[in-house]
Amino acid sequence: MSSGIDLQESFIQILVALGLPPSLAKVVWMPFPMLLILIAATVSIFIAVWLERKVSAAAQQRIGPEYVGPLGALQATADGVKLIFKEDINPAQADPILFTLGPALVVIPVFVSYLVVPFGQNMVITDLGIGIFLWIALSSVTPIGLLMSGYSSNNKYSLLGGLRATAQSISYEIPLALAVLAVVMMSNSLSTIDIVNQQASYGILSWNIWRQPVGFALFWIAALAECERLPFDLPEAEEEIVAGYQTEYGGMKFGLFYVGSYVNLVLSAMLVSVLYLGGWSFPIPVDLLASGLGISETTPWLQVITAALGIMMTLIKAYFLVFLAVLLRWTVPRVRIDQLLDLGWKFLLPVALVNLLLTAALKLAFPFAFGG
Amino acid sequence: MNLAEGVQFISLGILGVLMLVAALGVVLLSNIVYSAFLLGLVFVSISGLYILLNAGFVAAAQVLVYVGAVNILILFGIMLVNKREDFQPISKAWVGKAATGAVCLGLFTLLSSMVLATPWQLSTATPAGENAIEIIGLHFFSDFLLPFELASVLLLMALVGAIILARREYIPDYEPEDEQKVLTLRERPRELVATSSDNQEM
Repeated sequence: MSSGIDLQESFIQILVALGLPPSLAKVVWMPFPMLLILIAATVSIFIAVWLERKVSAAAQQRIGPEYVGPLGALQATADGVKLIFKEDINPAQADPILFTLGPALVVIPVFVSYLVVPFGQNMVITDLGIGIFLWIALSSVTPIGLLMSGYSSNNKYSLLGGLRATAQSISYEIPLALAVLAVVMMSNSLSTIDIVNQQASYGILSWNIWRQPVGFALFWIAALAECERLPFDLPEAEEEIVAGYQTEYGGMKFGLFYVGSYVNLVLSAMLVSVLYLGGWSFPIPVDLLASGLGISETTPWLQVITAALGIMMTLIKAYFLVFLAVLLRWTVPRVRIDQLLDLGWKFLLPVALVNLLLTAALKLAFPFAFGG
Repeated sequence: MNLAEGVQFISLGILGVLMLVAALGVVLLSNIVYSAFLLGLVFVSISGLYILLNAGFVAAAQVLVYVGAVNILILFGIMLVNKREDFQPISKAWVGKAATGAVCLGLFTLLSSMVLATPWQLSTATPAGENAIEIIGLHFFSDFLLPFELASVLLLMALVGAIILARREYIPDYEPEDEQKVLTLRERPRELVATSSDNQEM
């Protein structure tokens, strides 16, 4: 299998040819992918918000936003500009340091997690050996920010919301990690690149969703709970506790929570597609198509098309999952806190453990199909 | 010194200062919530030191276990029992503080003299880096199997203990009459609980 285009290598080679030392060329390269991913993650919010508004409107037989930009696509931009220009308020008796630090602590781990999201063989910021584990570790930091903002708001609803958010996120991290562990067991690696490559051999037939259907459902439920999407949006349940930990926030501090929740949703959707839906791979392997048409794998234009296709496939899969999440939002009623914790601890956790054991057994019994 | 080494050196400095300042804050601040949040910062800076030592897995595990679980549980504990209470200023409190300071300073000098006096043998083995996970796993299931299993038994005991403590929500109003049941926890029978919740709903 060809490794596809490697922009980093090519860029460094060009700079070295211009007379820069290789180490300096690498330093010049480094900010580019980071900035690109930061911008891509920010833009992904606009698409997710637009999708949410439009799909919600369709689910309720409304039209949704339509005046700001074509089909209302710039509605999120208008909202963002409004939030930026709003006054930055600290409520009376609130703790100003913690109140400001809280939203930042919620957003930063989510953005840092984009380090390990792959868009192609060489299109990832770093191919870390601990890969997916980094995301699990980082997502466990977010509740600290939620607790911090809930505590510092000097509002009982905020404190309750913060405590609920933390309890929820701690409970659902465990089935989430166990579902990931089953996939990792099959691909013998924590690296996101290896996980995708292990699903690449037979196109759509070799995607992990067929081998891990239970794991897929577990991961999706737990990821929705981690993102506080609607069946599990108790931390901000407006009928019970106003808006949870966000109650006292306004302006850009609230904007950070908003950004964080949507970036987290898109990130989770991308990781579902990486873990279970073959990541950047096309339903029919591109290698197979190319050899069928008699084109060499190393043809430059084919490599460019493959790379573009990879990015598109990742985004299409991710946004399809976001679409599903929005549909779920208007289909399923909110669970109560006791139902939420019961589901997490008494159902998802045992099922995840059984799934893990079954995967291990199947891996020993059929090493050819389950990555021996 | 090339660029990579320079970056590592500066990061080591920043992380070290951050860790020391945060650790001092944990001990010295009077607001216990600040102390708990700063404890998280200490753990994160330790994890940064692990990254500088090429131990990515240990760094991520440090964040997951200490920041994501231990620190959050500490915060949870503080916030659920956050009873505002004005403490009476104790006269001659400085005696206790001075004694504590002296003990801490003594311990610090003892440990640092030990660190400086010991001829450390620096390992020349190359860092495992990306393969560290496999090596750790092999150790867990060969020569460190017993401690690994014992740790899991310990955690199970803690789990059972926590559940027993947490279930004791319904302490009866009356004192238990029979002194035979000294070792059982005071708890109403479950049927009573069911009826009481029924009453609440009506």
